Amino acid sequence: MKTTNLTAILVASTSLYVAAPTAAQAEELVLYCSVQEEWCRAMSEAFERETGIEVLMTRRSSGETFAQLAAEAEQPRGDVWWGGTGDPHLQAAQEGLTEEYQSDELANLQDWAVRQAETANYRTVGIYAGGLGFGYNSDLVEENPPACWADLLDERFADDVQVANPNSSGTSYTMLATMVQLMGEEEAFEYLATLHNNISQYTQSGSAPIRAAATGETAIGIVFMHDAVAQTVQGAPIVAVAPCEGTGYEVGSMSIIAGGPNPDSARMFYDWALTPEAQEIGAANNSFQIPSNMNAATPEAAPRLEDITLIDYDFALYGSSEERTRLLERWDADIGSLSQ
Amino acid sequence: MTLKLTSDRAGIAWLGLLALSLVAFPWYKGAPIWQGPAASALSEGMSGHGWLWPLIAIVVALGAATFTRKWQQSNIALWLTLGAMFLYLWQGFAVGLRGPSQAWVGGVFEAAADGQTGLGWGGFLAGAALVGLLSDLIASRGFCRGERFASFCITAIVAALTAFVFFPILKLGLAAFVDTDGNLALGTFWARITAPDLWGLNCLVGGGRCGVVINTVILGVLSATLATLLGLALALLVNRTDFRMKRALRAISILPIITPPFVVGVAIILLFGRTGLVTSGVADLLDVRPGRWVYGLPGILIAQVLAFAPVTFLVLLSTLEAINPTLEEAARTLGAKSMKTFRSVTWPLLRPGLAAAFLLAFIESLADFGNPIVLGGGYEVLSIKIFFAVVGARYDLGNAATLAMILLALTLIAFWLQMRWMGNKSYVTVTGKSDAGLASPLPGVLKIGVFAVVLPWVIFTLAVYIIIVTGGFVTDVGRWDLTPTFQHIVTAFRFEFEDGLQLYGSAWDSMMTTLWVAALAAPLTTLIGILTAWLVARQDFAGRRAFEFGTMLSFAIPGTVVGVSYVAAFNVPPVDITGTAAILIICFVFRNMPVGMRAGLAALAQIDRSMEEASQTMGAGGLTTLRRVVLPLIKPAVFTALVYSFVTAMTAVSAVIFLVSARHNMATAYIMGRVEAGEYALAIAYSAVLMIVMIVCVVVIQGIVGTRKLGRRKELQGKGQVPEPAE
Repeated sequence: MKTTNLTAILVASTSLYVAAPTAAQAEELVLYCSVQEEWCRAMSEAFERETGIEVLMTRRSSGETFAQLAAEAEQPRGDVWWGGTGDPHLQAAQEGLTEEYQSDELANLQDWAVRQAETANYRTVGIYAGGLGFGYNSDLVEENPPACWADLLDERFADDVQVANPNSSGTSYTMLATMVQLMGEEEAFEYLATLHNNISQYTQSGSAPIRAAATGETAIGIVFMHDAVAQTVQGAPIVAVAPCEGTGYEVGSMSIIAGGPNPDSARMFYDWALTPEAQEIGAANNSFQIPSNMNAATPEAAPRLEDITLIDYDFALYGSSEERTRLLERWDADIGSLSQ
Repeated sequence: MTLKLTSDRAGIAWLGLLALSLVAFPWYKGAPIWQGPAASALSEGMSGHGWLWPLIAIVVALGAATFTRKWQQSNIALWLTLGAMFLYLWQGFAVGLRGPSQAWVGGVFEAAADGQTGLGWGGFLAGAALVGLLSDLIASRGFCRGERFASFCITAIVAALTAFVFFPILKLGLAAFVDTDGNLALGTFWARITAPDLWGLNCLVGGGRCGVVINTVILGVLSATLATLLGLALALLVNRTDFRMKRALRAISILPIITPPFVVGVAIILLFGRTGLVTSGVADLLDVRPGRWVYGLPGILIAQVLAFAPVTFLVLLSTLEAINPTLEEAARTLGAKSMKTFRSVTWPLLRPGLAAAFLLAFIESLADFGNPIVLGGGYEVLSIKIFFAVVGARYDLGNAATLAMILLALTLIAFWLQMRWMGNKSYVTVTGKSDAGLASPLPGVLKIGVFAVVLPWVIFTLAVYIIIVTGGFVTDVGRWDLTPTFQHIVTAFRFEFEDGLQLYGSAWDSMMTTLWVAALAAPLTTLIGILTAWLVARQDFAGRRAFEFGTMLSFAIPGTVVGVSYVAAFNVPPVDITGTAAILIICFVFRNMPVGMRAGLAALAQIDRSMEEASQTMGAGGLTTLRRVVLPLIKPAVFTALVYSFVTAMTAVSAVIFLVSARHNMATAYIMGRVEAGEYALAIAYSAVLMIVMIVCVVVIQGIVGTRKLGRRKELQGKGQVPEPAE
């Protein structure tokens, strides 16, 4: 009796020893995604189908993801940070949170995407671009639609404009940096303080304002123009506007997280995400950014950078840790603390 | 083969397990269990981790002590065990992830500079074995009248509570006094706690925004007042009128408990938002511009009152039912009008119930996270602020800890007030004397008032739930595009068959994790809760009061605070378990365990001890008595505990939101992301599916637990029928 029991235990435990290693070898990729959830999902699924690697994806705003990388620096839990405005990616590169990697696809990328990679010593790379602007709800704003940044200060839009909080959203930080470059810092903060009277809410996610405008919860949402176009394409009464004074733009970026748990899968994803096929997934999922691979088709509805008055956005300066922290602190002090 | 763990064998077994954990299992996390001895504490110690030697040495000494006579009663064994526990803790805390935590440790052990990771299989097993050994030794010295099983349960529960409730809170308290670089900084703490955006009173003196603490208290007081009034109206309606749909009313009031968070907020936006059904209707009628009034205090208030009214209703209903009707009858007989009776008899007797209901709702409002984040607009409350200090772009654990401490203090004050209020006065009306009187009917004016409050509530609740049920199955409920579609369900729960089942829907991961976590947490919670109840009610041991109080304390801590404290405590060695499913399960077990305990206590109070005594007289041990006698008798309590912990694990959000990771995402965290991104339809569809899953699971639990079978003869009970002659 005793021996049989012992044998049984022995057999059971050896089988455990043998079975366990195979189970642990399933390939995975932990993806931190900072674009629209819809697009994140489609990318994860496409990569899973292509390679059989299981993708564990979380979507968070780029500012939040940056904070997460900083918080997890001791024990990184993510592999790739894909999407989101370039500034926090550059800051992460500067702080050594992301890893240097040069993909073979680099030769096929647009200038601005390669420049982004060079600025960061190849710790990040551009994957798409899009201009900053705003969208208004044409049911709510019937006459005299706003065409310039200055128009947003109009009293008729009191409590009717939404923009994200620049602390959490890269979109909103791009707006802050754009204003500073367009007007000069003092004037920019004066403008934002005046605009504050018209702001109903600073959202967490960068594209939430345009979604609110689409349902009519607010009249105007300050977002990237491709986010506004996405709403129009889906049938919402949204008109995208490229402000007349000129505007900034983002270079959406991708970085490999330093010390992540699955470095091989990370590189595989990185290379794959720069291919034309992977970059065309966006357009099929209501995301109308301009892809960075020259061989990828630019979506029909995408707002072309050529049609927008663009400022010469200084990515190196405004993506630097010091400048970003300083501007955000000033925003907290001057704008964030104002009464609503 | 029956191996009885009698007297000294149990001690030897624990010691053997301890030795095994040191030599046969990987000590650190990350090393898979089949690496066995190669990664054990012994081999780690030999390869440079010298701070493990003292622990190994003392365990060897313990082994030697067992050869002495009556070693379990000896002081040497006890002191050696306590010493081993100390050294066990010391080896964990002496060396952190990146190096020694004190300079002298680095001086003595060179390898400490490389740091160590969190505990693994061996490490946790050693902890469990030490607890077991200690329980055995103190039982031999007479703790719990020598009852080994009870002694083990108490020691283990105290150890677990210390590790997973008190240690994190302590760590959080310390984090509040530390600046971003990890140095002690009282100045920073003072600056944080006196920050004007916490305590500002501008909104009360006209103009401007109030501080976040003031906001939280204002919201709590208003929401608790309104919820108590609504609860009172409902209770009066059910208990004091001839209203017919009482059962339906009770059913409706259960709904908020199984409703996932955020969806009620979304439904309120769809009704009262700027383009909401009600707002635009009223605006058209009055020809004014629709406003955004719902975002902020009004919106949160509506949602909270809706959510908390069932709680206050149940509290007040039981108070009303307990009022002895003879008192009211006496007042009527003495000539008082019904209004006078209500004012001078019923109302004063209701006061303790009102206070309890108010404070409960107040505490819930403090802890609420889901409603403020959806409907808050610019209105900031503590739970939200804590969340963004941890998850937002400005990661600042110190600030989050400070805010969490304030929130905890507010909650504890409310709890203390509740205890004090309930403790001092006597409201006893249920006595042994006859209470055959008739309760006085509600005065006419009040009756109209009650209906005027309840009717809108019923309509509103129905509207909210109609949106929740249908909103997921139309194209875009946010723009009132009501074309029926299954598109959202497909997005969330798509699957294909190609070499087996492939789950591509975006919600599968979180759904599976949630079900797993809930299914594992519920039985564990119930087990620990019921065990605790049994220990408190049936065992005599030193420190029983403190034990009971300690378990209740874990219930008083708001979820947001628990979440932050877990981040602060379990993100670093020795217990490095963030990002695992284990931390989610542990979090649920210790948050919900007091509910299981309360249910168990209530059930045990009804059962006479004599049956257990009979069992013990006939030679059964503590465990056997519990399993064969007590458990079958308290099945309803087991059911309550299981259902509550299961449902809470599926719908809780405030603590979980800090603990989810890409690998282990929970349904509520996923829904929150969808709401934030404005994908209302998807959020609603998922919530509807969750509610259905919950109902199915509750039915399954009912089937598994079964009902209590008391050996009573049915014919003799109730309705005074004449017993039929037996065939």
